[in-house]
Amino acid sequence: MILKNNVNRTLSDDLMAKLDYKPYTSTEIGNPEIQRVAPKVHVSTGNDKVVDSIEDVVKATVKDGMTISFHHHFRNGDYVFNKVMRVIIDAGIKNLTLAPSSLTGVMNDMVIEAIKAGTITNITSSGMRGSLGDFVSHGGLKNPVIFRSHGNRARAIEHGDIKIDVAFLGVPNADKLGNANGMAGKAVFGSLGYALMDAQYADNVVLLTDNLVDYPNTPASIKQTQVDYVVQVDEVGDPDKIGSGATRFTKDPKELKIAGMVNDVITHSPYFKDGFSFQTGSGGAALAVTRYLREAMIANKITASFALGGITKPTTDLLKEGLVRRVMDVQDFDKGAADSMQSNPNQQEIDASWYADPDNKGAMVDQLDVAILSALEIDTKFNVNVMTGSDGVIRGAVGGHQDAATSKLTIISAPLVRGRIATIVPDVTTVVTPGDSIDVVVTEVGIAINPKRKDLIASLSNIPGVPVFTIEDLQKLAEKKVGTPKPLEFTDRTVAMVEYRDGSIIDEIKEVKD
Amino acid sequence: MEIKQTALAGTLESSDIQIMLSKGTDGIKVTLDSAVEKQFGDQIRDLITKTLQALDITAANVKAVDKGALDCVIKARTIAAAQRALGTTDQPAWEVF
Repeated sequence: MILKNNVNRTLSDDLMAKLDYKPYTSTEIGNPEIQRVAPKVHVSTGNDKVVDSIEDVVKATVKDGMTISFHHHFRNGDYVFNKVMRVIIDAGIKNLTLAPSSLTGVMNDMVIEAIKAGTITNITSSGMRGSLGDFVSHGGLKNPVIFRSHGNRARAIEHGDIKIDVAFLGVPNADKLGNANGMAGKAVFGSLGYALMDAQYADNVVLLTDNLVDYPNTPASIKQTQVDYVVQVDEVGDPDKIGSGATRFTKDPKELKIAGMVNDVITHSPYFKDGFSFQTGSGGAALAVTRYLREAMIANKITASFALGGITKPTTDLLKEGLVRRVMDVQDFDKGAADSMQSNPNQQEIDASWYADPDNKGAMVDQLDVAILSALEIDTKFNVNVMTGSDGVIRGAVGGHQDAATSKLTIISAPLVRGRIATIVPDVTTVVTPGDSIDVVVTEVGIAINPKRKDLIASLSNIPGVPVFTIEDLQKLAEKKVGTPKPLEFTDRTVAMVEYRDGSIIDEIKEVKD
Repeated sequence: MEIKQTALAGTLESSDIQIMLSKGTDGIKVTLDSAVEKQFGDQIRDLITKTLQALDITAANVKAVDKGALDCVIKARTIAAAQRALGTTDQPAWEVF
């Protein structure tokens, strides 16, 4: 029997059965009753938490076969992951499951070394790029990687699908009992959003900091009630590599044209009214959208109730100006946004569950009106790939894509082609976000509206300067430009499974053949 | 047509292709380094070969470094390199376009 899911992807029945997975069926979550798990608590008065050696903590906490976790808020400035993994590999520990919120480029070499040493035998992450993505796509890890969105990771932790034995969490400040935040110190990154899940649900919580401050430390995002150890290290991160630095507006005419059309789509939609909410990404076009949106909000005397997600300085500038009333902040992409979290009480730190967990009593994404998201590929069924490149190799992350795409108006902004690679294709290489949650695709030549959204067809079909195409027409335009590519070749071996946010399987990634 | 000298056309900018053409003895040999080898490698080699054949070149060594160029660019760079190699840049081969 060939097992197919509702986005027409063939799944391996043996793996699906072995890992006890259900195929993806629908974006609807419904109203099920969920039993959450609770962590083990090692009772302490808290007077003996500070240790100055990672070796001692690893010895006391990490055993063969355990699940360990990290956060990726330091992004490419992370020192903590490599420091801890070095000790774990050298200790000869085997068969670990690595369950970080995501993996950044600076961790790649260490992960590959740990896989080769047998230290890491399973990985679940939001994504991976560069040499590690290449290594996994060429069959370097025996067991398939499980990719989960940020909201789904929160769900999986609460369900016990991910049971974290030890969480190693780097922080730019902490006191001796483990009260910590991401805002003060040398390597600051703002919101601790993803790490808050680990702090709440891991059996052992180890903080690593280069900045031990007076007790009690406030505001405390991670609390002393959650923390087992506080390790002093010389440096937790490189502040220059955490954020993208000063945010620069794109001058690329193609990106500006796309951004202008995205703005037109938003302002002509029924959602553009006082109190609306939005989430934008950190790409060039997304930042330009924020700038155009600002002008439209001033002109129409409209303010937004909240901006959500990964936050950048252009968004916190809107908060400062009063055009956005609250920023709900799960992570900060630049220093400006991180600094703003410390100074502006209307910028609220939220954890990944509050942000986007589908099995919740209401997540922020459920209240979201407009989401502007990017894509590596979009197909004629509106399915989106943000995970595998045009050569079939893993080079991306689910991030919050599936989660934010549940907004009332989800816009994918992408160029028709990138170089010789078409962005709009007959079938995406990997389905990450199902077409059912995508409403409008915006390219430099015009837009395509999901035919399921008849209401939007009515309101968006006659915007001056915004031509409307069918998604099939856009696909043909792209193909006419670049030609018809030879299909990619894969082996039968599955190297990764992509979960939908409800924990079902939306697609599998196969080993590349070359 | 006989190749008189080694010639180069194109740059290594994205969406361009750099073609180096030199004397060959054993038919048209294309060595391609392409960012889109998996999807378009065969097509690019084929297009370069056909473009050279249209200029009556039967033997040449081609070294091509492709940065995702479209077919029209590949053809134009190949013709430019070929005419430089043949010493015929003063007589544009319009019919090849």
